[in-house]
Amino acid sequence: MRAQLFATCLVDTFYPETGEAVIKLLRHFGVDVIFPREQTCCGKPPNSAGYAKQARKAAEHFISVFKSPDPVIVPSGSCASMVKNHYPEMFHDNLRLFQAARDLSARTFELTQFLVHELKAHQRGFTGSGKITYHSSCQLTRELGVREEPLTLLRSIEGAEFCPMPSADRCCGFGGVFMGKLPEVSMALADDKLDNILDSGADTVTGCDHGCLMNISDAIRRRGAHVDVKHIAVILAEGLK
Amino acid sequence: MSQFPQAVSFRSNAAGALNDSSLRAAMRHATTTFGKKRVDAIGNNPFEEWREKASEIRTDVLNNLDEYVEMFSQNATRAGAVVHRAKDSVNACEIVASLLKDHRAYKVVKSKSMITEEIHLNAYLEKNGVKVVETDLGEYIIQIAGETPSHIIVPAIHKSRQQVGRLFCDKLGCSYSEDPESLTKTARTILREEFLSAPAAISGSNFAIAETGSISLFTNEGNGRMVTTLPPLHIAVTAIEKILPKVSDLALFMRLLPRSATGQVLTSYFSLITGSRKEGESTGSRHFHIILLDNGRSEILRGDCKDILKCIRCGACMNVCPVYGMIGGHAYDSTYPGPMGVILSSVLNGLDRAHPLLDASTLCGACADVCPVKVPLPKLINRLREIKVERGLSPELETIGMAGFGVAAKYHELFELGQRAASYVWPLLSLVDKQTIDRLPKPASKSLKRRVL
Ligand code: SF4
Repeated sequence: MRAQLFATCLVDTFYPETGEAVIKLLRHFGVDVIFPREQTCCGKPPNSAGYAKQARKAAEHFISVFKSPDPVIVPSGSCASMVKNHYPEMFHDNLRLFQAARDLSARTFELTQFLVHELKAHQRGFTGSGKITYHSSCQLTRELGVREEPLTLLRSIEGAEFCPMPSADRCCGFGGVFMGKLPEVSMALADDKLDNILDSGADTVTGCDHGCLMNISDAIRRRGAHVDVKHIAVILAEGLK
Repeated sequence: MSQFPQAVSFRSNAAGALNDSSLRAAMRHATTTFGKKRVDAIGNNPFEEWREKASEIRTDVLNNLDEYVEMFSQNATRAGAVVHRAKDSVNACEIVASLLKDHRAYKVVKSKSMITEEIHLNAYLEKNGVKVVETDLGEYIIQIAGETPSHIIVPAIHKSRQQVGRLFCDKLGCSYSEDPESLTKTARTILREEFLSAPAAISGSNFAIAETGSISLFTNEGNGRMVTTLPPLHIAVTAIEKILPKVSDLALFMRLLPRSATGQVLTSYFSLITGSRKEGESTGSRHFHIILLDNGRSEILRGDCKDILKCIRCGACMNVCPVYGMIGGHAYDSTYPGPMGVILSSVLNGLDRAHPLLDASTLCGACADVCPVKVPLPKLINRLREIKVERGLSPELETIGMAGFGVAAKYHELFELGQRAASYVWPLLSLVDKQTIDRLPKPASKSLKRRVL
């Protein structure tokens, strides 16, 4: 099977190891991974800040880069939702782009969706160690409805203990531009999230969105807490059987 | 009302609220309790089905509002009420004041109503020599504290019982107690006196029923019933969009509203008031006036945020909102706080004044999940942010940054150049926004593209 990877601008710029982990994972399950060089950003940051024109430019570019009919894999709930849910809404004034966006939407998958539903990766299982808890990020959970897939994968890791987090789907306070607009509130929310992480008793927190994980890392750094932060792709790639 | 000369004042309001530890404790306690009770009260009921139907009914009302308002007015008049149309706040306040004057009433008892907060009726009446007594316990507390509600259902949500105890002690001269029951008793004794003597009453209306011209009240303390039956004059103020077509529609909304608002399966008291007291009837006001307030709503109905008028003011969206839960209602400096308040304030007061409130959302979507009438809250907030940008109300630096982003998003070479440049000048970016930059990791020395392609 062939699939195209949209790494997301955050992973490309700040977390290349996560991108490498995604490629390793997909290849392990027999996917021929294409990584189009022309990709940039999905347009989520301007979109949620109200810059519709700029978001639209990013969307048009994305649609043209990922026009081959292969599935598109995105290691982020909010970027995947941008493409799947928001792109089609953006082109009501242009039939050609609307149809292209709808077609793209249907073949775009958030990473754990693809791993569970298309590749049945959880059936082969993974190995690991330690105690892992999971933050259920907002767009992933509420816009994409991806609640169980990451848990299914995490529970399939032999040797690791999954520790549920209280209020796992409560916002961590990242919110894209929000973290810069109301930084004090953003940090207070991340502090609450960290309390929940500590309450879970885990030594590692994971999630499917680097935006949230970045915000959580900052809360950990500010408090000097001893918790590792890893994108789910990294945990799974480390535990390939 | 609300004034934000610059975005910074909302941010500092919010930051100030975060530093108030008793506010934070009260907010955390109240919002988690209401959130949990709501989930329990919904239980295994077909909430999705209910809210789908409720959303349809509310949408139908908005789509045919003129006709429903007309139908309501005719039926209310037929039942013996006098219906007034008020185009804005001032107009509505004037009508109330002149009715009170006609009846030579210099004191009114009130049951809790957000619409009268919206039009700042109390201040207007006090200025005109009318004593206003709030009779809902929460409203009474904030009235004697000289504050405004910080929640649309639980006006004193921000106060701990210790604070209420001290307040009663100071203002009412009773001895200190923090026992809710004894505090309630103190208030009740004072209020009972007011109910029995007041010549006039003012209430809002949770729903107005077009089919019968009735207004309805959902309360928990029974004060609504006393207010609307004891005094000879009753003035109900309601916004035009709060109509339901039929009495039978109430069955659904009686299930949804208390569950969503306070996590109650049923409200303690429900009143349906149709017309004034008739010959031979022993209760009810003799003179019943209903003021239908527009206050910009006809205009809102024609705009992109029309769906906010589906709102039935349950407050569920604020109880689950992470931002509201952190900062409480007063930081918004607006009649309506929380997700619905951000939107309603923007459309009622205009973006020029209210736009900083649009920052009060992470777009997490928790509000949309609980709204009993499916108001697409995050979508509306996002749309308002777009309008804010279109109107040039965004910070200059942000606009420039986003414009640059728009170009780079189209040309990957430029995008890559930007990435590389960022990794070099990263420390310099601290000069622009140190606080944010400090919270971000440094760009990787080699991007993913440079690593694998
Ligand atoms: S927007 Fe929805 S959840 Fe919020 S107060 Fe209105 S009806 Fe309730």
